[in-house]
Amino acid sequence: MEDPIVVAEGLHKRYGDTRALRGLDLEVAKGSVCGVLGPNGAGKSTAVRILATLADPTEGRASVAGFDVVRQAGEVRRRIGLAGQSAAVDEYLTGRENLRMFGRFHHLGRRRARQRADELLERFGLADAADKPASGYSGGMRRRLDLIASLVVDPEVLFLDEPTTGLDPRSRGEIWQAVRDLVAQGTTVLLTTQYLDEADQLADDIAVIDHGRVIARDTPDRLKAQIGTRLDVVLADPADAVRAAGLLTVRAGRGEPDLSGERLSLPVGEITLPEAVRELDAAGIAAVDVSLRRPTLDEVFLKLTDRPKETV
Amino acid sequence: MNTLTRALADGLTMFGRHLTQLRRRPGELVAALLFPVLMIVMFGYVFGSAIRVPGGGNYREYLMPGLFGMVIFTAVMANALATATDAGRGVMDRLRSLPVTRWAMPFGQSAADLLTGIPGLAALAVCGLVVGWRPHEGAAPALAAFALMILMRMALGWLGIWLGLVMKDEKTVDAFAPIFLPVTMLSNAFVPTEGMPAWLRVLCEWNPVSSLVAALRELFGNPAAPATALPLQHPVAATVLWSLALIAVFMPLAVHAYTHRNR
Repeated sequence: MEDPIVVAEGLHKRYGDTRALRGLDLEVAKGSVCGVLGPNGAGKSTAVRILATLADPTEGRASVAGFDVVRQAGEVRRRIGLAGQSAAVDEYLTGRENLRMFGRFHHLGRRRARQRADELLERFGLADAADKPASGYSGGMRRRLDLIASLVVDPEVLFLDEPTTGLDPRSRGEIWQAVRDLVAQGTTVLLTTQYLDEADQLADDIAVIDHGRVIARDTPDRLKAQIGTRLDVVLADPADAVRAAGLLTVRAGRGEPDLSGERLSLPVGEITLPEAVRELDAAGIAAVDVSLRRPTLDEVFLKLTDRPKETV
Repeated sequence: MNTLTRALADGLTMFGRHLTQLRRRPGELVAALLFPVLMIVMFGYVFGSAIRVPGGGNYREYLMPGLFGMVIFTAVMANALATATDAGRGVMDRLRSLPVTRWAMPFGQSAADLLTGIPGLAALAVCGLVVGWRPHEGAAPALAAFALMILMRMALGWLGIWLGLVMKDEKTVDAFAPIFLPVTMLSNAFVPTEGMPAWLRVLCEWNPVSSLVAALRELFGNPAAPATALPLQHPVAATVLWSLALIAVFMPLAVHAYTHRNR
């Protein structure tokens, strides 16, 4: 990779008998958004905590913006922002007081810290709530405050640890827009998430983590291409399902079909939509709906991690 | 900005944060001011009606240094709770991800606690004067007594900060709260130690709370039981030594626990 701004090499982290990371390697290109996906307990947060200097790796090395996260933690801290599950604001303080405090901890000076707090509150639509204690904020407002608290100095790398977990769709959309704006300014973002659509929306590159290791690393498009196209059919009569599945599998199947009632979904190779319709028609099978689509990231993820969906 | 001025600036910012928090939670200060009133009524009049001071004397004069000791000892809980709350809610992790001087957090907490502790002491002193307690030895020893209390509060505060960092969870600290009261009771604060069984008496006489309370009785000229144990024969020196020892142990432990990155 050209000019990586985040580099992790062979990271291991043990907590007692638990091995949270087992040789994690990761590079993030400057100015890109890297989405880190993984089931609960895969090691996403541990990786972020190490890169953000909150925890030391048991083995391995990592650097951010060219500085070692263990030996040059102070330099790293000057250049990063951290928001999401691993970080919080002071709920007794107002939004404005929080931002001023973080500005002063970045040694901006009293006046600059004040200005910066006002700018951020205005830009991210929190000016009206700025003088209310953060404890009175809605979930979405609090996350937004949490996000802008990590922007008090323009960070070179922004770590977002599950920034929208538990938010309603509208608040998620607001956070996403804020992240897009930052990326447009050239900020590098490393984002962990349980929501695959979030990664799909925001990330240029995806690293899938499982059991403390990166098991896949590619763009969302190429990850999806790996498991091919899917053909979804809704049949008029569920009794035709098995016959239709057999027919289509022989014609263009690339894996096991999923059957559920009148619905049929199967990974396919070279086949066009009219060909699929003609094939069914010729066999006298009536279909209500036939569609050819790319797999969702969920399907890619489940295939890669090979786990039932509930554990995601 | 050089390292020292930056460290001072960080400490001040942290201190300012605690002051703002206190403004948002005036209830805490009200409780700190009401506590002494309640204690005087409870111990001075309820229990005091049945307690006889050795060598005669007013029980409330005997009691006041004990109550001072008790209020000073609340530093352990107050600091442990404030620190554990920060650690448990992720505020501390955000602070640790910022280029903040390592010791700014614990030092800011310690300074803020001293500042909030002083009004509590003043309230207790005023209530004491109302119910007939007097410093009899003059201004200089009385000031020395208050200085000693502040020193001890700081020392116990560092113990509390360390406990909060180790427990990392406000609920755990809360669960330990009932244990703190007996620690102040196992002393000469409320009753003379003479009547206690020998093993308990030794425990009480070597309790740092006892040293502080005995020192206050000496400096305020309030009635006291004759001292037999070594720390109570030289209570001022014993209190200073206890405080310095607590600071020497728990200040580095607290800073280390804050900086430690194995979480």
